[in-house]
Amino acid sequence: MALPTLVIRADAEMGIRRHGREAYPHECCGALFGRDQLVTEAFALPNATGEGARRRFLVRPADYRAAERRAIELGEELVGFYHSHPDHPARPSRYDLDHAWPVFAYVIVSVEGGNPVALTSWRLREDRSAFDEEPIALESHGENEKQTEERREETGEA
Amino acid sequence: MANKILIPTPLRAYAGKQDVVEAEGGTVGELLANMTAEYADLRNHLYTEDGKLRNFVNIYVNDDDIRYLEKEQTPIKPGDTVSIIPSVAGGGRA
Repeated sequence: MALPTLVIRADAEMGIRRHGREAYPHECCGALFGRDQLVTEAFALPNATGEGARRRFLVRPADYRAAERRAIELGEELVGFYHSHPDHPARPSRYDLDHAWPVFAYVIVSVEGGNPVALTSWRLREDRSAFDEEPIALESHGENEKQTEERREETGEA
Repeated sequence: MANKILIPTPLRAYAGKQDVVEAEGGTVGELLANMTAEYADLRNHLYTEDGKLRNFVNIYVNDDDIRYLEKEQTPIKPGDTVSIIPSVAGGGRA
């Protein structure tokens, strides 16, 4: 079954890529805020892993709580998390699967030699057996405003 | 008397879309067992197949991680709030 498209605001997507580049050769991680299938903000969090940050990330409970609080402050919801795979494809590993939560979007950016390349998003299956990839679309603020303007013109709203 | 259990975002869909549920129990283990008896779909995301809490599931009583208390035997008093807090983890290589 094809999953619906995850729409990511262009500046949030740039933030994920920038964080991936800055953290290289280590993995970066952060929270994604938005609503349903829309990501409006990427919120960088510290990678607290004690298992080697070149191939692992960990968001501590305190940082998770901070992310939920931040989402409420923004009037948004916590819709997922992102992390980078330095010199590794943007596909979830077995370790990602074993540690995944349902419902959340898991966005992965592959960073090759310091340059962010492929960016993908994944959802855990209900039975925890695998991830399914969901399509991604980018949306800039300008495009959104333009589309809203066009809709207003069509409907005759002020 | 029932205690409050705070449900994190990814598990609310399995708890009647609520961010807080109530359950009774004298210990954390009893409280969670009573909660998953009512919301059975939570079980698979909290426990492994052999019935142990998954290691990226953190249970706090008020502000304290039960790993540093008496784990699932930690006693619950009236008014205590239990929180389920995810550790989000992963990484590039298996």
